Amino acid sequence: MADHTVKAFDADIGQLRGMISQMGGLAEDAIGQAMQALARPDPELAARVRADDKAIDAIEAEVERLAVRIIALRAPMAVDLREVVAALKIAAVVERIGDYAKNIAKRVPSIDGEHRIEPISLLPAMARMASDMVRHALDAFAARDAEAAVRVVESDAALDDFYDSIFRTLVTYMVENPRTISQVAHLLFVAKNLERIGDHATNVAEMVYFAATGTQMADRDRGGPDKETR
Amino acid sequence: MTPKISARDVSVFYGAKQAIDHVSIDVDQDNVLAFIGPSGCGKSTFLRTLNRMNDTVASARVSGEILLDGEDIYASGMDVVQLRARVGMVFQKPNPFPKSIYENVAYGPRIHGLATARADLDALVEQSLRRAGLWDEVKDRLTDSGTALSGGQQQRLCIARAIAVDPEVILMDEPCSALDPIATAKIEELIHELKGRYAIVIVTHNMQQAARVSQQTAFFHLGQLVEFGRTGDIFTNPREERTRDYITGRYG
Repeated sequence: MADHTVKAFDADIGQLRGMISQMGGLAEDAIGQAMQALARPDPELAARVRADDKAIDAIEAEVERLAVRIIALRAPMAVDLREVVAALKIAAVVERIGDYAKNIAKRVPSIDGEHRIEPISLLPAMARMASDMVRHALDAFAARDAEAAVRVVESDAALDDFYDSIFRTLVTYMVENPRTISQVAHLLFVAKNLERIGDHATNVAEMVYFAATGTQMADRDRGGPDKETR
Repeated sequence: MTPKISARDVSVFYGAKQAIDHVSIDVDQDNVLAFIGPSGCGKSTFLRTLNRMNDTVASARVSGEILLDGEDIYASGMDVVQLRARVGMVFQKPNPFPKSIYENVAYGPRIHGLATARADLDALVEQSLRRAGLWDEVKDRLTDSGTALSGGQQQRLCIARAIAVDPEVILMDEPCSALDPIATAKIEELIHELKGRYAIVIVTHNMQQAARVSQQTAFFHLGQLVEFGRTGDIFTNPREERTRDYITGRYG
């Protein structure tokens, strides 16, 4: 896309996009560190994750201020307008993703480091999958790549399957080891949080698709010559 | 629904220079249609073909077909004066006659024989000024000169004057570019109220204005009609790259 005639407009949009990337990076870090804290367990690291969440919240507020300012002062149209609106909504969603990471960190002190619960080893793999979805959704935003956004949405089904299988495993474990119920219940919530993070990454991807194409992903042309021959 | 005006394959030349290049577009009865585009794109030239204002330019030549209710307005038997009563025009700079407010409005109906009795003419002047949203501001000083009004009031007087001859279409060529924001808002509100009663075509450099007042937008560039569609679509998701670059301020 060509530059705007008014260069300051490009600078504003660039700043907005930069803040979204930064938020996304922090949210990914928060997920990774919360899971590390949980697996070790490491209450100090968990406390840090909770404290760091304030930085994500602060950037969200900044995104809101800048987006409103761009709308008021530059009257963005078409792709620019869609991008500003998407950035506003994406910032809110990424902030929620940060909250889920914080919630995982909050549960770390309840995990007993002495008597390890085996199914906990399944969670980091699920967390990586959720975190990848977040990263790919934000990469798609940075690249204005509608196809990459579609792939993120499609990958959510695998995360949901992962959640279902962990859920069954944890419930079985609780039935067999009733004394661990209170701890394993926390792990159930962690798994649920990761599943929700995947849903939020899906929402981000849908907004990326809208910003890039001007149409809703649900309305997109499904299939095509490529898929029919497969 | 059959269009009020149907332009088919219209080209306009000023001498050897082609100003409009094979444009086809329909003007609906019930909508406001906005023409946007950079200076020199042909939007005003095209607007002026719709009531043959280009006839006054000696070197101008129009080809193609423009139908008003199915009737070719460039046919040899067309009465141009009558045509311009049916397709009225409001210009960029308010241009009231140097006469009283009353006379500005009464002049058209009188020469077109729409009202002869004084009472009929009074009623028509009041109705026109009311429709133009000016009545309450001028009813106590109808004998004052039209040129003594403020710019925004003068423009509404010109709209009242256009309305007075009971036109079917009103063409507006940047009607607010000489007005302050309050007067502009009043004209825009007026356009909204007149919509439906008259087919309205407006040329504007102000894209926000096009977005606010119109239901359909046509983007012109280098004499061509690049894109024509619903205003909501043009300003949120234009199909053509040239349209996108223009409305987002990327036009080189």
